[in-house]
Amino acid sequence: MAPFRVEVRVMPRATLLDPQGRAVEHALHALGFPEVRQARVGKHLVLELEAATREDAATRARAMCDRLLANPVTEDYQLAVDGEGGTA
Amino acid sequence: MSKRVAVVVFPGSNCDADTLAAALAAGSDAYYVWHRDTDLKQADVVILPGGFSYGDYLRSGAIARFSPVMRAVEAHASAGGPVLGICNGFQILCEAGLLPGGLMRNAGLKFLSRPVRVRVEVTDTPFTCFATPGEELVLPIAHGDGRYVADARTAAELEADARVVWRYVGDNPNGSTNDIAGISNVARNVVGIMPHPERRNDPLLGGPDGARVFQSMEAGHATQHAGALRAVGGRHDGM
Repeated sequence: MAPFRVEVRVMPRATLLDPQGRAVEHALHALGFPEVRQARVGKHLVLELEAATREDAATRARAMCDRLLANPVTEDYQLAVDGEGGTA
Repeated sequence: MSKRVAVVVFPGSNCDADTLAAALAAGSDAYYVWHRDTDLKQADVVILPGGFSYGDYLRSGAIARFSPVMRAVEAHASAGGPVLGICNGFQILCEAGLLPGGLMRNAGLKFLSRPVRVRVEVTDTPFTCFATPGEELVLPIAHGDGRYVADARTAAELEADARVVWRYVGDNPNGSTNDIAGISNVARNVVGIMPHPERRNDPLLGGPDGARVFQSMEAGHATQHAGALRAVGGRHDGM
């Protein structure tokens, strides 16, 4: 087993209204950044975990996302794995 | 015979006492069940109350849905037992997949705490059988994540199957799909509502409208008695 660091990005589904993103966008416009066409706000989760391989780490992390970390009805997620372990 | 009503208490629930009081006021034999319990103690009805279970961490209801008691709630629901989720309870039912869709941040971002007007759309659920179709109720809302969302297909199914149980009238406070304030599952025994009927069940609390929900629950299983209830024109003397 080797240590891995999995970073998960969870974003509100693109088709759904993201009022937080909208508020940030308006604030940026008010601060003199009119070039911002859209802002969206999501979550960034960092998981430190042990796995045999990078693929195993990704598979487990994906299961965690499907089960708990993201709501498949309202959110999409992407994950990136970093770590010592080699690929299988 | 009074209904046995289990009010589930999660860490962070804060409407459990009001919900228990409202069920007792309607004549139910109501009691608390702690979220770690796995026994609903022969409940006829289960209510998941409002609040901020697990501090709303990650997503509202996302962690509470894995509480040990939820296995028993799921078994009760799949056996046809009535389940009502109020506010955070509604969020938990959606996270658990017992109801479709989900609840997201209010479109206007602000936490809203005020009375709203809702229309009772269907009376063949255990929580609306005492109402008349189209009846309007004034109920308080108190939520930050109250915007009900569902994909287009799910929303169309909810409408086609008449599973929208309550709808905001006049003003949609949170931007919910189709002005939805509450829905039911396909079998119509699992119901979620965003407003708080337990907070307005007595003239002393501003009005009696919320009591209709608890009276319905106590009056009987709508799926069995809805026809009889309609036959007496919404009057339920002797039940």
